[in-house]
Amino acid sequence: MKKIISLLLIAVMAVAIFAGCDALNSGGTVSTDGSTSMEKVIGALGESFMAKNKNVTFTYNPTGSGSGIKAVLEGRCDIGLSSRGLKDEEKSSGLTETILAYDGIAIIVNPNNPVSDLSVEQIASIYTGKITNWKEVGGKDAQIVLIGREAGSGTRDGFESITDTKDACKYRQELTSTGDVITTVSQNPDSIGYASLASVKDTVKALQVGGVSPSESTVKDGSYVIQRPFVLVTKSGKALSKTAQKFFDYITSADAVSIISSAGAVAAK
Amino acid sequence: MKSKKKTFETVVHGIFLILGLVTVGCVLLITVYLIVSGIPAIREIGLIKFLFGTKWASTAAEPSYGILPFILTSIYGTAGAIVIGVPIGFMTAVYLAKIAPPKIKTVMESAVSLLAGIPSVVYGLVGMLVLVPAIRNLFRVPDGSSLLAAIVVLAVMILPSIINVSVTALEAVPKEYEDASLTLGATPLETYFRVSVPAAKSGIAAAVVLGVGRAIGEAMAVMMVSGNVANMPSLFQSVRFLTTAVASEMSYSSGLQRQALFSIALVLYLFIMMINAMLNFFLKRNKEGR
Repeated sequence: MKKIISLLLIAVMAVAIFAGCDALNSGGTVSTDGSTSMEKVIGALGESFMAKNKNVTFTYNPTGSGSGIKAVLEGRCDIGLSSRGLKDEEKSSGLTETILAYDGIAIIVNPNNPVSDLSVEQIASIYTGKITNWKEVGGKDAQIVLIGREAGSGTRDGFESITDTKDACKYRQELTSTGDVITTVSQNPDSIGYASLASVKDTVKALQVGGVSPSESTVKDGSYVIQRPFVLVTKSGKALSKTAQKFFDYITSADAVSIISSAGAVAAK
Repeated sequence: MKSKKKTFETVVHGIFLILGLVTVGCVLLITVYLIVSGIPAIREIGLIKFLFGTKWASTAAEPSYGILPFILTSIYGTAGAIVIGVPIGFMTAVYLAKIAPPKIKTVMESAVSLLAGIPSVVYGLVGMLVLVPAIRNLFRVPDGSSLLAAIVVLAVMILPSIINVSVTALEAVPKEYEDASLTLGATPLETYFRVSVPAAKSGIAAAVVLGVGRAIGEAMAVMMVSGNVANMPSLFQSVRFLTTAVASEMSYSSGLQRQALFSIALVLYLFIMMINAMLNFFLKRNKEGR
């Protein structure tokens, strides 16, 4: 009797294992790899996708844009994430870019600062130490205090690559969060800093860049230049897995727009 | 029956032993982990270049990993905190242990304990919102986030450790010593500073070392007031400590950069070990009777 029961149990368990496998298969996985700056956006999208589709596993590997692009090319992930547009040689090596969203970086100063407009060149000269006094750009006679982010930050990387000041910035302070940057700039009347557009508050003044004030619409139409695209990278001519395609369609659909903007970026759609 | 009791005893002993070993195990685990993960980067960069390099640019196209600025900042910052904190803490301790009337003593001692219980992020926040602008205005420098701000914050943070340990040491001085001094015609103040303090000196030294340990290991508060740029230390410059060097870059780091952060942690760990050894030395002398 005992033997029969244990045999039965084994059979049931075996079936259960296969059933488990089946469930996993029908759920499927989506793996993404790349830009650390996109963490918030892709994380929010992944969460809501998983909430809508039970049994789907979404993974995100924050390795940086370059590694993400390489990972797609080598087939190590479904969708690569890049916070810069693909270079021509990357496109010709068989990759397709789909712009998911745009991320604007606001240049912020203290509200009491009379300066309200700077060109990209002026911003670059300020950050590289060529311009050190506010009076050189039409402000009062005071030394400019440069506030930035820590090495490795996505915002810092974005700012420095757009203004072409990589490794050349003479920071006075390197802070570890957007909130710290905003608080510090709001405290010091002579400071300048940069922060993701979505997090800018009334305590600081966002400068116009080349006469264009930063907003969702100027970021979207490209007239505000301190911005970068959040790009989904896929292999040209190779179909995504069913689940990955579903995820891709979902995050580029109109449903995802509000999730993207609540995560701080401007949806491309 | 007797054997049952004995077994019970043995079991309880075993449980206590295991609980004790948990602590030892944690220390061993952290030590081994830090050494294992800290050595590779030092080997790759080169010990001399790592410890005495003056440029830290971990994410540059040509990265450079020199931590001398961090080491010096940590040493200067701690020394500054001691210079400011010890006289205040020491005098407070003498007052509390010898002079203060009981009522004032109760109030002051609870204030000191409260100071010890304030989380370091609160020190950092107050420093960032009050101290940093104050330094900026007072010294007419472009920005107040500096080594000085960190020193002031650290000096306040180490006060409770210094005061509590010093008070204990001073109160442990035998009453007869002081009575003898007073009977011989010394004034109370002379007695406290010529008799009580020398008698408690190794306890007070332990208090100072404890303060050093607290100051050198603090990360959160100094990160918020020191500006975090890897400059060579100078009083009004933005500086980065050993602790904040690890904390500020850890979240995004990868590859050699991450390994180098572990190496920094290892260096910090060695500093703290040295301070602990000193503390043990002073405490031992204290126990053996001065």
